[in-house]
Amino acid sequence: MELGKDLVAASATPLVLAILAEGDSYGYAIIKRVTELSGGHLEWTDGMLYPVLHRLERNGLVAAKWGASESGRKRKYYRITKEGRAQLAFQRQQWHVVDSTLRGLWMNACEI
Amino acid sequence: MTTSLDSAPLEEQIAQWRLYLRRRRAIHGPDVEELEGHLRDQIAVLSQAGLTGDEAFLVAVKRMGSLDALSREFAREHSERLWKQLVLAPDAGDEPSKTTLTETLAVLSLAVAAALTIKLPALFGFRLGGGDEPFYARNGSLFVLPYLTAYFAWKRGLGVATCAWLVLSFAAAAVFANVFPFGPHSDTGALTALHLPIILWLVVGIAYLGGRWFASGRRMDFVRFSGELFIYYALIAFGGAVLTALTMMMFKAIDINAQWLAEGWLVPCGAMGAVIVGAWLVEAKQSVIENMAPVLTRLFTPLFTVVLLAFLATMVWTGSPIDVKREVLIVFDLLLVLVVGLVLYAASARDPQARPDFFDALQLLLVVSALVVDAMALWAIAARISEFGFTPNRVAALGENLILLVNLMWSAWLYARFLRGRCSFAVLEQWQIAYLPVYPIWATVVVVLFPLVFHYR
Repeated sequence: MELGKDLVAASATPLVLAILAEGDSYGYAIIKRVTELSGGHLEWTDGMLYPVLHRLERNGLVAAKWGASESGRKRKYYRITKEGRAQLAFQRQQWHVVDSTLRGLWMNACEI
Repeated sequence: MTTSLDSAPLEEQIAQWRLYLRRRRAIHGPDVEELEGHLRDQIAVLSQAGLTGDEAFLVAVKRMGSLDALSREFAREHSERLWKQLVLAPDAGDEPSKTTLTETLAVLSLAVAAALTIKLPALFGFRLGGGDEPFYARNGSLFVLPYLTAYFAWKRGLGVATCAWLVLSFAAAAVFANVFPFGPHSDTGALTALHLPIILWLVVGIAYLGGRWFASGRRMDFVRFSGELFIYYALIAFGGAVLTALTMMMFKAIDINAQWLAEGWLVPCGAMGAVIVGAWLVEAKQSVIENMAPVLTRLFTPLFTVVLLAFLATMVWTGSPIDVKREVLIVFDLLLVLVVGLVLYAASARDPQARPDFFDALQLLLVVSALVVDAMALWAIAARISEFGFTPNRVAALGENLILLVNLMWSAWLYARFLRGRCSFAVLEQWQIAYLPVYPIWATVVVVLFPLVFHYR
């Protein structure tokens, strides 16, 4: 099952923030984590993650720092900021509203 | 990781991919690095899963998504990037601003140090404008290039061993510039002044390339850097000339002669400091005037070709032979240097994969006409060389002419083969890069052996 473009775009911000809330990470690992968590249903075009990360960074929701990978190459690590956590909590409420509304609708549909 | 067997073509593929990414104006250097890191991680995982280097590369690139869509996303996120800014604003978040501040301070102190170093000999009685010009000419590059080298050694994080070699090279240069008893009008002394910078520029190049001079793939980067630095330096020099002229005129208005200030401080100190600042600007804003040297090459290649052809036609038409005077060899040497420069910078900006086009044919025409003109000049000189005898100037000029001639003849041959589709452009580029060390080697011969052979004449 492939998700629509708009849904992927809308869910990108909370997903990235939630993954970074688990701990600091970098681009490739974030994408791997998303694939893993969604059981492979949520597949991003890899490159598209980076503009998202840069937007979050510009808005101060994440902070970035250059570090080194295990093989010694330069790698950019991202960390969630306090504002980022607040934004995540806010988004979580929003998604919860959407989720419970849809859930209520579809539960009723089943009963009829 | 990939096996060593297929890692070489894989590196080439990654380099190619990086080149394509670099062309996108919305995607900047650090982003390219970030994306490349991602690509490499992906390839590593896929190779571990059993894919070959080629397959892993293809899958990784495919997953990265189309470059057009990617650069559109980057442009949307970084709309400011489509306007390239000349101001040295730190790119938000790319590097901590502390590093930028440290670098700014380091560069400024190096520039000030270089500016003060040229005033140092005055304390020991060597006066600029007081008959010691040959001393200043011979040591000119030693006043500033050590600082430039120090900057790159620091920036690239060179090891102690490499640094020791660099210091040793400068020490040796200082010895050879000053140990010989050159007379006030010594030709060999003047030759040292001209050739020492060529050798020391190689030392700068070694520092610029992080000590890896022999990884020839990156030598072209240094060639590009040199060209851009030249352009920046010319711009700064122009600004400096305006500043100097204005200073003099303003002080003249209140009846104070500021000539000593301009000649003794502004011009020499500015000339030294500008090298460091120019190099820093090239490093910091590679993308701003990145394409300037190739643009100038494109502009002037046709013009020089026309001039050379007109010169040849005039010579044939009027039948007037080349009048062999003292400066003639120098003029034709300069002509060859210029043509080699045009070929080199055309090569530095060219996509090696592209098909031969009209401009390549024009380059060949330029090289061939320069060769014909030079052959005529050499013929005229050879016919009368017995009358002249050998002087240091003539031997140096002849040697240079020969070196450049060999380079251009082989370049012409390779160009011709390339135009007929017999070899790729990469071969021509490799030839130019491989030939680069010949110039400093010849310069070393001139600096070290000529004074001894010609008895400091």
